[in-house]
Amino acid sequence: MKPTNINNPEYFHQVVDCQYACPSHTPVPEYIRLIAAGKFTEAYMVNWDSNVFPGVLGRTCDRPCEPACRRGRVEEEPVAICRLKRVAADNKAEVQQYMPQGPFSPNGKKIALVGGGPASLTVARDLAPLGYEIHLYDEQRAGGGFMRSQIPSFRLPETVLNEEVGYILNMGIHTHFNHYVRSLKELLQSDYDAVFIGSGAPRGRDLPELPGRNEGDANIHIGINWLASVAFEHTKKIGKRVLVLGGGNTAMDCCRTARRLGGESVKVLVRSPFEEMKASPWEKEDAIHEDIPIIDNHVPKSFVVKDGQLIGMTFEKVKAEYVENKRKLVSTGEPEVFYEADDVLIAIGQENSFPWIERDLGIEFDKWNMPLVDETTYDSTNEKVFFGGDAAFGPKNVITAVAQGHQAAISIHLFCSEMNMKTDRPAPFVNLHNMKMGIHEWSYDNNIVTDQRYVVPQAAKTETLRDRKKEVELGFDVMEGFKEAQRCLNCDVQTVFTESKCIECDACVDICPTSCITFTTNEENETDLRNKLKVPATNLSQPLYISDILPTKRVMIKDENVCLHCSLCAERCPTAAWDMKQFYYNITKAMGMKNEVVG
Amino acid sequence: MTYIRPAFRHPQLPLNKLGLPVSYYEGALSTLCAGCGHDSISAGIIQACWELNIQPHQVAKLSGIGCSSKTPTYFLSNSHGFNSVHGRMPSVATGAYLANRDLLYIGVSGDGDSASIGMGQFAHVIRRNVNMVYIVMNNGCYGLTKGQDSATADIGSISKAGSINQFQGIDLAGLAIELGATFVAQSFSGDKEQLIPLIKAAIKHPGFALINVVSPCVTFNNNPGSTKSYQFVREHHAMTSKMDYVPEMETISASYHEGNNQEIELHDGSTIQLHKLSQEWNPEDRLSAILALKQAAAKQEVLTGLLFIEPETKALHQILGTIESPLNTLSESSLCPGNKKLMELNKSWR
Repeated sequence: MKPTNINNPEYFHQVVDCQYACPSHTPVPEYIRLIAAGKFTEAYMVNWDSNVFPGVLGRTCDRPCEPACRRGRVEEEPVAICRLKRVAADNKAEVQQYMPQGPFSPNGKKIALVGGGPASLTVARDLAPLGYEIHLYDEQRAGGGFMRSQIPSFRLPETVLNEEVGYILNMGIHTHFNHYVRSLKELLQSDYDAVFIGSGAPRGRDLPELPGRNEGDANIHIGINWLASVAFEHTKKIGKRVLVLGGGNTAMDCCRTARRLGGESVKVLVRSPFEEMKASPWEKEDAIHEDIPIIDNHVPKSFVVKDGQLIGMTFEKVKAEYVENKRKLVSTGEPEVFYEADDVLIAIGQENSFPWIERDLGIEFDKWNMPLVDETTYDSTNEKVFFGGDAAFGPKNVITAVAQGHQAAISIHLFCSEMNMKTDRPAPFVNLHNMKMGIHEWSYDNNIVTDQRYVVPQAAKTETLRDRKKEVELGFDVMEGFKEAQRCLNCDVQTVFTESKCIECDACVDICPTSCITFTTNEENETDLRNKLKVPATNLSQPLYISDILPTKRVMIKDENVCLHCSLCAERCPTAAWDMKQFYYNITKAMGMKNEVVG
Repeated sequence: MTYIRPAFRHPQLPLNKLGLPVSYYEGALSTLCAGCGHDSISAGIIQACWELNIQPHQVAKLSGIGCSSKTPTYFLSNSHGFNSVHGRMPSVATGAYLANRDLLYIGVSGDGDSASIGMGQFAHVIRRNVNMVYIVMNNGCYGLTKGQDSATADIGSISKAGSINQFQGIDLAGLAIELGATFVAQSFSGDKEQLIPLIKAAIKHPGFALINVVSPCVTFNNNPGSTKSYQFVREHHAMTSKMDYVPEMETISASYHEGNNQEIELHDGSTIQLHKLSQEWNPEDRLSAILALKQAAAKQEVLTGLLFIEPETKALHQILGTIESPLNTLSESSLCPGNKKLMELNKSWR
């Protein structure tokens, strides 16, 4: 096989599992080291640059980084990356001084943002420092979109959201709240140079066909609408017996909110088996902790209404059968079961809805009524109109919306600069620098601790269930944060191999605690090579680092899979053929690009 | 700072027949210089013992003084160990072996420990055929005292300071053959593919087994002009054969050209598969082994591989005719069988 080209930054990027898995490629190990060093403000700013809402995400992120974390392959649990982010946000000092300072000299271009959620706010933040005049439209009375209307206050305090939305709006964004955009045509006829649509996926799915749906309507609510109504304090209570339909994170938020609004017996009923529910495992745990049973394999059959009043629902019991990896829910044949209810919350998914986009604007829609959006540029078939967040490719999460916002902002900037949105996209900023300080000293902490993942402390249930706004998670304190941060393996500190210096003494092979390194003859195909390593490299998602041919006609092969980045190979190398170098990778944001707008 | 090896190991580390991962055979973190050949040999011993499914508590590690003699700390931390006086490891090994014939004895020594201060001991442990593996980690210099030429430094070899060695080097392998050793091999720390099967065969050999391993001292003897550097050995490497150690009941995987192959059966039914690279050499003929060594030396080559083997050998306990059970397990009643037995014995001599 060919030697690995480490000059391509994507190779080492791939080795930093957490950063690679993060949609906006936040330099995770970098900020975790800063947290361990007590530099919370700096850690916050590393986050803010990449993910814009560190305080929000440190509480609510879907954490794609954590299942990817190398620590989870070495021992049981990954590093609590998400909650460490919160430690930075909780303990930071004044940060606004490190953000771009307005007023920015105008570049003469005007952008409209439809929707005030994470995608639009990211576009606003990235473009405002370049001098764009930005107008943000949202039907709600404040910015934040679903972060405000859907995520309950006991998970995300309003103060945290307001602070981070405020950082952006204070950059001189023209906000038009309580303003529902009724027509894109009108907007395009105004003098905007580009329009970004980050209007989310605002329509909650219903069960219109189910018997009793209309009769019981007064006590049947669509989950996301109900949550928004609670957030804006229109709804203040719910019946004692509540059924929540659905198995996603919205269902978890619904049932936990219901518990705080007077729901004494709240149950979640979900069609699929418990393990296959869409909700994150920790959200399910939190719901169960609040005495909410999750009853799986139950398909809703009818709403039961007596004397014009909803009294409950019937369900069919099913079991999952799998044919060629496709799941089918088959009835168990048992009689339907009845559950009593005063109120029912339907949280079975949400979808996009663009009634306000006229179909004659040059924006093509597919058969599911979704706009055709380019996956790189986020541009629609009308060059002037860009999409991002849930509005682009359907419901995902905050961090994905942010990542798409960054890319859309770059496209808008390129578009306004009359440059090519595909070929002129900026390369990431990368750096590779030496970590050696002395014979046994590195400028990072390479002593691998064996601590198990620390549990985030929570406030007492008696308190949190009484007050909807009381935050459940207390977050790590500084000391716990430090200990959890020390579990990070520093995967961005790369093992860099230089063939010409190697004398093939085998010292690295012998010392490597996780048997990652093998010197052997090369093979034509990857499977053969993977199988002949010291420990066969069976994790195909992890790359092999292959050297050029050495004097004994062998090659060095390192399986990146469970490398602890402990530096022992480099310490044992008599000729410094191995070196530990910190790899810094940061995607370029529009605000870091040159201002080449032709005004 | 890493004087500590992380506790984590590869989660998919394979297990041997005892259900143990190779990590169970490790020792403490080495304090030798980075890149020291000795560490590779330690790793070779670890691998060989793991592959042979040896119970670590059935092994005794013995050593003298020197860089080499520090290494037993760095392998098999679950085994017995004795770090003895300079050059006196063979005496301690002999004593231990006489007391308990059931353990596997791995003696580690260096060129100073064996070829200078312990030369006499070296000769006698061979002569007595103590059943042990005797590994010499041979770097041709006194690394622990900053690299003076040792007794095995080749004549003409240049030290790091630039001086040329004027004295004849002692050829430990040749000497062992002369003294009647029944298993003699030479190897190179930078070639584990050869070293590990040799260690395995030596462990299985029922008598004294010497492996003289050229093990470069990266700090003091890895310079141009040295005949014990990584580069010199790689460039002047001549092998008697390629070999495999094949445990009993295992089918033979290596297939070499016919005619050059030789199979040597060991006492326990396992075999050594040899693919001979030199036609004249016969591993079961002492003269031919000596000749091969001399010829290689004349060509300034380092001859490695199995040099000589006599699979049927009588170790010290067989020579002395001691009983099968280890002497240290004998109870007082069996050691002092009483007056009646004494009378019988005395009567037999009248």
